[in-house]
Amino acid sequence: MKNKILPFSIVLVFGIIFYIFYKGLEESNIYAPNINKQNKIPVFITKDFNSGESMKSSSIFKLDKIYLLNIWSSWCVPCRKEHPLLMSLNLENKINIIGMNYKDNDKNAENFLNELGNPYKQIFTDIDGTIAIEWGAYGVPESFIIQNNKIIKKYIGPLNQKLIEEIKLLIK
Amino acid sequence: MKVLQFFLIIFLLFPSNIIKAEELDQRNKITKNLRCLICQGQSVYDSDSEFANSLKILVDKKLEEGFSEDQIYAFLKSKYGEWILYDPELNKNTYILWLLPLLIFLIGGAIIYKNFILRK
Repeated sequence: MKNKILPFSIVLVFGIIFYIFYKGLEESNIYAPNINKQNKIPVFITKDFNSGESMKSSSIFKLDKIYLLNIWSSWCVPCRKEHPLLMSLNLENKINIIGMNYKDNDKNAENFLNELGNPYKQIFTDIDGTIAIEWGAYGVPESFIIQNNKIIKKYIGPLNQKLIEEIKLLIK
Repeated sequence: MKVLQFFLIIFLLFPSNIIKAEELDQRNKITKNLRCLICQGQSVYDSDSEFANSLKILVDKKLEEGFSEDQIYAFLKSKYGEWILYDPELNKNTYILWLLPLLIFLIGGAIIYKNFILRK
């Protein structure tokens, strides 16, 4: 009896380990915890990118409109790739695109917009990255869809054509 | 007189130094218990990534605003979820994590007891 238990348990343990690793292969290794409790947009004080004046978050997001908040930076390479998609989305004029300039140098940011165009209705700055944390962001680029002061969708990383189509469906 | 003035200045400066040091200790303690979400196996304290540096500044700001350690954890948990804390709470998602070591210990103990003590 004892002789049987040992091989059986070894096989069982290896079986479980194999199963776990096999499952792990299938699943994406990017771990994004589900946060469904708090989807209200944060309240913060920031600076307007163009005028440099201090402003409140409540003056940016109005209740009756849909917004796309895009976190961007001139030093961020994926942002460069994503930018033409934002430009084309802006042309359709169905969604207000707001930019959050993340840890950037003003001069570089201006050059970036001059070179690639400015799809943003309004841009505010996040000098030290703390406002991005208030939004629960990990870095640049990141995009949020906001309706009635609530975050209804969040995209980590650059947007692509597929996601843009998804956004278009959302705002219909 | 000058000597006296000198000592008076030092005497007045010292407490503020200590307060500053305590604040730093508190900040380090908190950031050591926060996971740098975009790094691999590093705490916010250890990491020098953009994300971690912003979080350090944020923790400083919150401490200045008078947030307690637990309030800061609660705030970050509401933003990023449980995963940001190195010390997970006991709830229905984490009970296996907490009970498994105890269970393994008990099973192991039972095996040892059975094999070595009962055999004698």
